[in-house]
Amino acid sequence: MNIHEYQAKEIFRSFGLPVPGGKVATSVDEAVKLAEEQGLPVMVKSQVLTGGRGKAGGVKFCEGMDDVRSSAEKILGLDIKGHIVRKVLVTPAVDIASEYYVGMLIDRNTKRILLMASAEGGVEIEQVAKETPELIFKQTIDPRFGLLDHEAMGMGMRLCPDDIKKARQLASAMQKLYKAFVESDASLAEINPFIFTPEGKGHAIDAKVNLDDNALFRHPGYEALRDLDAENPAERAAREAGLSFVKLQGNVGCLVNGAGLAMATMDLVKYYGGQPANFLDIGGSSNPEKVVNALQIILSDPEVKAILFNIFGGITRCDDVAQGIITATKSMDIPVPIVVRLTGTNEEEGRAMLAKTDLIPAATMDEAVQKAIELAG
Amino acid sequence: MAIFVDDATKVVVQGITGRDGGFHSREMMAYGTKVVAGVTPGRGGQKFDDKVPVFDTVAEAVREQGANTSVIFVPPFGAAGAIYEAADAGCKLIVCITEGVPTVDMVKVMPYLKERGVRLIGPNCPGLLAPGIAKLGILPTSIVKEGPVGLVSRSGTLTYEVVFQLTAAGLGQTTCLGIGGDPVIGTTFMDAIMAFNEDPATEAFVMIGEIGGDAEEQAAEYIKAHVNKPVVSFIAGQTAPPGKRMGHAGAIVSGGSGTAAEKKKALEAAGIPVADRPMDIVPRLQEIWQR
Repeated sequence: MNIHEYQAKEIFRSFGLPVPGGKVATSVDEAVKLAEEQGLPVMVKSQVLTGGRGKAGGVKFCEGMDDVRSSAEKILGLDIKGHIVRKVLVTPAVDIASEYYVGMLIDRNTKRILLMASAEGGVEIEQVAKETPELIFKQTIDPRFGLLDHEAMGMGMRLCPDDIKKARQLASAMQKLYKAFVESDASLAEINPFIFTPEGKGHAIDAKVNLDDNALFRHPGYEALRDLDAENPAERAAREAGLSFVKLQGNVGCLVNGAGLAMATMDLVKYYGGQPANFLDIGGSSNPEKVVNALQIILSDPEVKAILFNIFGGITRCDDVAQGIITATKSMDIPVPIVVRLTGTNEEEGRAMLAKTDLIPAATMDEAVQKAIELAG
Repeated sequence: MAIFVDDATKVVVQGITGRDGGFHSREMMAYGTKVVAGVTPGRGGQKFDDKVPVFDTVAEAVREQGANTSVIFVPPFGAAGAIYEAADAGCKLIVCITEGVPTVDMVKVMPYLKERGVRLIGPNCPGLLAPGIAKLGILPTSIVKEGPVGLVSRSGTLTYEVVFQLTAAGLGQTTCLGIGGDPVIGTTFMDAIMAFNEDPATEAFVMIGEIGGDAEEQAAEYIKAHVNKPVVSFIAGQTAPPGKRMGHAGAIVSGGSGTAAEKKKALEAAGIPVADRPMDIVPRLQEIWQR
């Protein structure tokens, strides 16, 4: 789950990271009021779940109240890469003498949390990694001991070789960031940039955190951080129904059991010249209720002109799955043709059951995909 | 012969009295796997299906029944705890089927397993099925056949699809292994490939990857340098949009890396054919495999 900058900053603050104050506003008047409370100058920052906010005009430095008003007017409602700005963060502007990148992520290869830091702060770290990888310093963290003092200090000294006070502040921030990462079950946590003022005081002035969906069960408070406005309505309905779903732009609706097979099915639709409307993993169950939920979600997209079931019955028997699909499709009005491919245990029985319905049977994945594309037109 | 299992494999099922654990324990036993014990805290002293003794702890299962392998079907909040327990009790192979285990838990588990010389398969995986030898997990036995092909995959049903096609073409398997769809997993492509390469019974193998991470790219380099057996690959997720998790926690293109196109390029550069469609996997293997 991705969360907004202001939410990530609240998490960081609770772990003792030096984050400037600030509050979010949903209206221009509210933004002005916050600026009056905090004192000028302030930054007005769009809160959207995407990068590149600055380039899109979504971050403004404001010296006067008129600036705050005009900036908030411009930013609220702005479309940044398809994300509409509904909230702005109003935060004290600090003078910047130097900027650093400090981030942590899960490194699949070492199976550990990796700390990355660079004196090239404030720019996209992916770009630095591509163009000048030697400017990124890395430290793999042993989960038994956490980020040790000498490791953190080593990183701090590499970033600020001539200033022990700044190196210490960076080291301390890194150790706090590690604690925040582990204890909040993040999958990514970045401070970009961590800055020093001309007086040498460090601040985390931007924050990005992705939370591990698998760990939300042990952080009941985090559910409230989810931005329901930013979620596609169909994706939201799927999440609430416990289905794994991603909306795409095509016209062939796909219901598949298993994530890998679901991806392979989408790929095959594309291979034969069609466009998949979605990714949907219906899981191992043949429960008609689940099938109904999945069909409703797919049919909420008016672009969908045909539906394709691709089911590999391994442990689940094909006749059970066929029964589930038949029960589900009978219980609702479905305006588009449905192609069903069933293979695996008891496939003959399953197909015989489908033959008595309007559902269009297919023997292989390729046949099913081609039929669905043809029917979608 | 197979990888990671043999006739001495004796299984304890953690979570045997649960719905999924019970169902799949029966399936494993029906295939002839030696399920010697089950563990459910609070159910010690009972018998599962009047056959398999149930214990409160894995340590008792190891002591009383000689279990050396654990298959885990416990809910996500208890999965890491179950892995620690099995490792501490002396199990040398642990298969964790559970989906939805927090990644930080897995990060913490890894050094504990390494210190004890334990192999973990999964989590979030279908496990392993060595035809004629043992089934550890949930792969369907009806689609497999004994033979010379190894198969390793990050997926479940897509694996079944490919196994089904191999079997239909008369190509049996030494071991079908699902390593799981999470970002941090115990046994990686690299581990599986090294094992298949050393296994004399495995004459050729298939690697089914998907978007996210760079495990396929690393495997490609290893295969190029060290493997003389025929290998064919398939990568799922060519049409996946960036930044979206495609079901599996690990299946995500982030920061422009981990794409299917990159993986395909790396594999082909290493001389490994990458099938465009699942149905092309068997013919591509037959093309390069002079039996």
